[in-house]
Amino acid sequence: MDVVVDVEHLGKSYGSLRAVDDVTFQVHRGEIFGILGPNGAGKTTTIECLIGLRRPDQGTLRVLGLDPALAGPGLQRRIGVQLQSAALQDRIKVREAVALFSTLYDVPDRTEPLLREWGLWDRRDAAFGDLSGGQRQRLFITLALLNEPELVVLDELTTGLDPGARRATWDLIRSIQRRGATVLLVTHSMEEAESLCDRVAIIDRGRVRALGAPAELVGSGRTATRVRFTEPAGFSLALLEGVRGAERVTRDGAGVLVEGDGPLLVYVAERLARLPDPPVDLRSERSTLEETFLSLVGETKES
Amino acid sequence: MLRHVAALSRLELKLFFRQPRAAFFTLVFPLLLVLVFGSVYGGATLPGTTLRAIDYMLPGYIGMIIGTTGLMTIPGWVSTYREQGIFRRLRVTPTSPVVLLISQGVVGLTTLTLGTLLLFVTARVAFGAHVPASVLFSTAAILLGAASMFAFGGMVAAVAGSARTAQAVGMVIYFPMLFLSGALLPRQMMPLGVRRVSDLLPLSYVNELIGGGWLDGAWKTTASLVLVGVLGVTGAIAARKFRWE
Repeated sequence: MDVVVDVEHLGKSYGSLRAVDDVTFQVHRGEIFGILGPNGAGKTTTIECLIGLRRPDQGTLRVLGLDPALAGPGLQRRIGVQLQSAALQDRIKVREAVALFSTLYDVPDRTEPLLREWGLWDRRDAAFGDLSGGQRQRLFITLALLNEPELVVLDELTTGLDPGARRATWDLIRSIQRRGATVLLVTHSMEEAESLCDRVAIIDRGRVRALGAPAELVGSGRTATRVRFTEPAGFSLALLEGVRGAERVTRDGAGVLVEGDGPLLVYVAERLARLPDPPVDLRSERSTLEETFLSLVGETKES
Repeated sequence: MLRHVAALSRLELKLFFRQPRAAFFTLVFPLLLVLVFGSVYGGATLPGTTLRAIDYMLPGYIGMIIGTTGLMTIPGWVSTYREQGIFRRLRVTPTSPVVLLISQGVVGLTTLTLGTLLLFVTARVAFGAHVPASVLFSTAAILLGAASMFAFGGMVAAVAGSARTAQAVGMVIYFPMLFLSGALLPRQMMPLGVRRVSDLLPLSYVNELIGGGWLDGAWKTTASLVLVGVLGVTGAIAARKFRWE
């Protein structure tokens, strides 16, 4: 598989603070790759090293085959970046910003089609300072894409947006992928990672704690599946002894909780079918990426 | 690179005119001063000289535009652009944010030129002010004065942590300097103690150099060397201490 971003044992300190300790991952061409982690985990520092804003003090980095610390404009021409805590001049108009960046990237000025495509044409004469959060993000995406980059890096794109604008932004990100670009997405939202990303690296305290497709990661922390039902007449815990995949069976209020892995519901149902009066509310809950994340991050905090 | 500087300079110039405060202090305020004071005592002769007040005023007001641009506008721009993350955004384009700094210098020089021309044409039409005794020396003096004050402002922006601090420090340095440097009041009229203080202020030498070229057609070598020194020292500190973020 074609590797677009190759990070090996990346480390970066600010004075005595070890922002990134040891981060290794690869991003493949055409995927949406998520870097997920709590605030202060080292996500932004990692991507700042990747796009050449910071020089790592350990490890090797290759982005599109180039060393970002040395590549300079040669790399910037091939990537598109939306950064956290970056802005444009308050009084710059939307169409002026697109025209300016087209000049800075030495690409033809396609202000009108681009602004129409990203739904900003009606706001073309609005000043950056007067745009809403969602409009600013769309403008940043427009600027990040106008050089038709092979790799797009998006840092906390949807933070601070209302749910509607967030979902609209997710659609935009999927459309970036459909154009054939690779997307590297930094987020602290599990929901976002789960809904958008082909693969995710969970980073905490400067290290990768888990790496894989969201569906694979779910359950890599603790029990993945839970089955619940209200305790029926004639039920005893012994009935569920030795059910395949069950790790723990406990009474939970008026109900029973079975925790385990795999197609737990099927095996539990098979046992319960032996009862004269089986429960009507038998249900299964898959653990979410969020729970996996919390269990992983929680573990590292305790250690 | 040149195309980038040109594009950014054009844009920054537009943004300058959308910012009423900077445009007012650079272009309108000096004009108001020359109209008000010119009509009050523009025709009076300065004591002990043959100079009319209106002629004396012009180089001083040009020095004032240089001071406003260098010590207020430039630290304001640079520190605000740093704080808001505008440099940060430009760092991830194929061009360098240095281009933005250069274009702000270009805008500073352009507005200074505009302010000077407005001032001179107004003073000439309204009060019959003299043309500069030496256009060459006056122009050279304005450029050297601008370079040294812009570097001074760059140093203020580089050393100050936040945009607020940079603007406050710029003002604290600028206003006393404006009144004591001879930009508004002739230095000859100041008591000796005040003149001693005035001798320590870089803007005094900007005024002296421009005044020399404008009124006497002379190049004031000492003043020019002081300004080269100011340019070198403050420019070096600005370059050493400067951070994009």
